[in-house]
Amino acid sequence: MKSLFTLTIALASSALVSAALAQDASDAPGGLVIYNAQHQSLTKEWTDAFTKETGIKVTVRDGGDSEFANQIVAEADLSPADIFLTENSPAMAQVEAAGLFAPVDADTLAQVPEQFRPASGKWIGIAARSTVFAYDKTKLSEDKLPKSLVELADPAWNGRWAASPAGADFQAIVSALLELKGEEATAAWLKGMKANFKPYRGNSTVMKAVNAGQIEGGVIYHYYWFGDQAKTGENSGNVGLHYFRNQDPGAFVSISGGGVLATSKHPKEAQAFLKWVSGKGGQEILKNGTSFEYAVGNGAASNPKLVPLDQLDAPKVEPSKLNSPKVIELMNAAGIL
Amino acid sequence: MPAAELALAPLPAPRLRTLRMPWMALAALLVTLVALLPFAFILWSAAETGWATAATLIFRARVGELLVNTVLLILLAVPLSGSLALALAWLTERSDLPAAKLWAWLAVAPLAVPAFVQSYAWVSLAPGLHGLAGGVLVSVLAYFPFMYLPLAATFRRLDPALEDSAASLGLSPFEVFRRVTLPQLRLALSGGALLVALHLLAEYGLFAMIRFDTFTTAIVDQFQSTFNGAAGNMLAGVLVTCCLGLLALDTLWRGDERYARVGSGAARTAPRARLGRFTLPCLALPLLTTALALGVPFVTILGWLEKGGSEIWQWSLILSTLGQTLLLAVLGGLLAITAAIPTAWLTVRRPGRLSRFAEACNYLVGALPSAVFALALVSVAVRFLHPLYQTVFTILVAYALMFLPRAILSLRASIAQAPVELEQAAASLGRRPWSSLWITTIRLSAPGAAAGMALVALGIVNELTATQMLAPNGTRTLAMQFWSLSGELDYAAAAPYALAMVVLSLPLTALLFHQSKRMAGR
Repeated sequence: MKSLFTLTIALASSALVSAALAQDASDAPGGLVIYNAQHQSLTKEWTDAFTKETGIKVTVRDGGDSEFANQIVAEADLSPADIFLTENSPAMAQVEAAGLFAPVDADTLAQVPEQFRPASGKWIGIAARSTVFAYDKTKLSEDKLPKSLVELADPAWNGRWAASPAGADFQAIVSALLELKGEEATAAWLKGMKANFKPYRGNSTVMKAVNAGQIEGGVIYHYYWFGDQAKTGENSGNVGLHYFRNQDPGAFVSISGGGVLATSKHPKEAQAFLKWVSGKGGQEILKNGTSFEYAVGNGAASNPKLVPLDQLDAPKVEPSKLNSPKVIELMNAAGIL
Repeated sequence: MPAAELALAPLPAPRLRTLRMPWMALAALLVTLVALLPFAFILWSAAETGWATAATLIFRARVGELLVNTVLLILLAVPLSGSLALALAWLTERSDLPAAKLWAWLAVAPLAVPAFVQSYAWVSLAPGLHGLAGGVLVSVLAYFPFMYLPLAATFRRLDPALEDSAASLGLSPFEVFRRVTLPQLRLALSGGALLVALHLLAEYGLFAMIRFDTFTTAIVDQFQSTFNGAAGNMLAGVLVTCCLGLLALDTLWRGDERYARVGSGAARTAPRARLGRFTLPCLALPLLTTALALGVPFVTILGWLEKGGSEIWQWSLILSTLGQTLLLAVLGGLLAITAAIPTAWLTVRRPGRLSRFAEACNYLVGALPSAVFALALVSVAVRFLHPLYQTVFTILVAYALMFLPRAILSLRASIAQAPVELEQAAASLGRRPWSSLWITTIRLSAPGAAAGMALVALGIVNELTATQMLAPNGTRTLAMQFWSLSGELDYAAAAPYALAMVVLSLPLTALLFHQSKRMAGR
């Protein structure tokens, strides 16, 4: 018996130490747990300022949009998360469809114009980003640029463009295509894409490859270029940005979302965070910080270096309808994932 | 009975009390069952997905592509690592290469550079490097020491008498090498090749950075898109099958020939071959290898450190990351050693069906990629063991299972050296079984346990895939921080973390080098 006892002690003590550590990490009194799929640096700016202003502590777990959406669905009513922040809308739509969001407070919703939040009011836009075609200025002149995202599946573009298909950003662009053109057209486009494109990991890696002359262009979001220009420009010097406009699927403006989980143990603090991020404090960080994402709050100005949002002529897409699981299924079927 | 016969009868052996430890067997069985969890998970998720869906997810073009990539990678990288390691081992152990001891060290030292740091160095040096060629180059540089170590140890131990006899029977030096020396290296070659191949299957960071898709990178991509979705789980199933295939191949190829000296006497130390005018060209090989496998990472890391200046040394963040990493490493090491005690003790003291089963299972599981472990544990915890979900305990269990073979190996050697008579004497003097074990064998095997713990701890320091998937909320390790910074192309800010991992891994390298020397008895 004594041996069992000792062994139990050994295991139990490590379990206790672990429990103590876990306690320390996630269940700190009043600490909000955020599942963060936004850029770590941007969320850090937000949470630091929020904690400084309100004294509410925040613990951040970093990951990807659809990873977290699926994780929250798998955790169901036992999710430790209070808040979910994404880079794109499809993941928010997925959690909304599973019925796991609490409604956002009305005065928070009122801070953001209707086009930047779902009609359901289950979550809210906190920032936005525009799809661009980043191209090598030394190889492509403006008249040789694609007129539409759809063209990139044509044989003429074989081996000439790049994307980061495992990332939520590109998957969001595909979800817009799916919503605008339907399943059949999207499946056909993905098939063309599989034949034409070169896969990279991460949008900044795509831009770096374009800059280094490894590939003529890539489908990414706008802010990678501005962020690099603001630093050293070492990965974007040769890169130009082409906005598709004309309500093309490639002109898709993706809304980054924030929502409070219905199972949150700190709903008041969580709602306060959402209000803060979509309000003046959070939106000014978008304007003045290093993220170069668009601000979406009522009357909130974005960084003056950006092409203004209302000049992008983006297609109208209802964010709640973006279907992430379907996109992944289609991308699997096309052999891209 | 007549007196004469009585005198011939063997004396009864002195009867000391043997330890009866049924709990030990039970504990070993328990650890083994937990270790088999990944297999159970794969089968369960396949059953849950339904065979029809599973089949469409497994037999699709993408899986074929990944399979081709993986097979090509192994077929190129393993023989290249083997040839490089063989040449280096011969030069450092059997020739009069100048500064052979130094070169021997430098051939093991690349193990101190984690594979994904090696990849980071190459990608920032040659941004165009990618795909199969890039993957093969970097993985050979990262993993050839795994083949060098056993080869060098075997060369040191070879009995020159066999080669001498072959030569005196008229074989040319080349024929002697091919027909006598090489077959004796077979175990070392196959063992090393297996280790390298398993690492190639399991590695994520190296190939993600160099943009070469393997099963493991695809599993992580799927995890990032779907958490524990069916497509990812099925890929894990294919990957596990590949690992089992490699183990089977190794068993087939290893053979059961015996090359041991029988009879009295000890083997001489083999004479070293004279390189003569080939000395300079031969020096080029270790020089080039060192430049590529050590020079490139060091120059790159130092280069980024210099470029980044003081701005990248965010001490509070670096120190807290370091602290969390070390805490996980130490706790994981402790848990692994605790879990290894029953199996290690049984294999030495009670060899039998149970101990063989436990040992075999643990090695089998040790061959599995960490991504599969993480996927299994996260899925089981979220569905069935929610109190353990996202806890430090779960990630420690993952570490302990992944690195269990390292712990068992170190511990077993030490236990074997502790005389069983002490245990028995303690028991005869009235100690209870566990206490007699504790005051004798366990204490005596402390050095092995410490070495095993160090090996596990250092494995944990450089672990990326499972850590990312299982880490409790708010946890940040050196590898995670390095990965997220280098993912945003902030190579300069990632450099301090790369440096920290290399510095922490140096003792591991020294330990392995030391162990291989001791294994050779010299």
